[in-house]
Amino acid sequence: MLILTCPYCSVAADETELSAGGEAHVKRETVGADDAAFEQYLFQRENPKGIHFERWRHAAGCGKWFHAARCTNTLEVFGTYSAQTLEPPKNITDAISAARPGWTWRNFS
Amino acid sequence: MSKAISALNGQRFEGAVTVKDLGPRGMITLRGDLSSAAVKKAATSVSGAEMPQAGMCTIAKDQGIAWMSPDELLVVLPYADVDGAIAKMGKTLKDTHHLLADVSDARSIIRVQGTGVRDVIAKLSPADMRPSSFAVGTMRRTRMAQVAAAFWMRDARTIDVICFRSVSEYVFGILSAAAAEGAEVYPK
Repeated sequence: MLILTCPYCSVAADETELSAGGEAHVKRETVGADDAAFEQYLFQRENPKGIHFERWRHAAGCGKWFHAARCTNTLEVFGTYSAQTLEPPKNITDAISAARPGWTWRNFS
Repeated sequence: MSKAISALNGQRFEGAVTVKDLGPRGMITLRGDLSSAAVKKAATSVSGAEMPQAGMCTIAKDQGIAWMSPDELLVVLPYADVDGAIAKMGKTLKDTHHLLADVSDARSIIRVQGTGVRDVIAKLSPADMRPSSFAVGTMRRTRMAQVAAAFWMRDARTIDVICFRSVSEYVFGILSAAAAEGAEVYPK
């Protein structure tokens, strides 16, 4: 069972208390963007076997959205962090680098 | 005005652990910046309780404050005091961004009491109910079987559960089944 610690209420919540919100750090394209950018925004998603960044909501708890970094293969969780950010914070990327040297995900590494 | 009654109307179940409806209870949702002095004052002045730490509650007897999320408190007080309390809190919060809502009639409050109370709750929710992580005074919003619920530890053998009024019968039913004689995790 996947257990994520909510960064807002510090509760270690299991999957059944959370709702998945898909891929993290997706840039919303808007008026003026070309077709390729829109296609990327609407349809193109990562589907890695390994490091992944996701959005989750603590639905049955405090109700807040947050980000989680985990491995889809082993269910190892590298950390959770605030939703109010456009990229993973350094302590999260450091934790991943310590466990999986040389990792990359989209343009992050 | 007609007399307010709770959805369970005082139902009581005696098993290895007792489950009983506590009747109508005043509950006010207060959202805002919890570090602001006005928000703290609004909550503490009507409940007569201290501000709780994150994840805790300060409900003594039948009134107090529960921490619901980083920007939400639940003020618990006698049912009859709600209108007056909301008016008073509104005045205190006049110049502060906030939300106040009377949720008394939207909820039910059920008391679970007995020696094996932690096991009764642990059977129904994913919360870690060990005394080391769920001490007296802890507040937890979570789910119970299939519905949202929240509960706090009143004393070592009493947990008060709140749930939506519409699912009161369901929550009372699952609590009763988990609390029944013969359903103890550690039989005598």
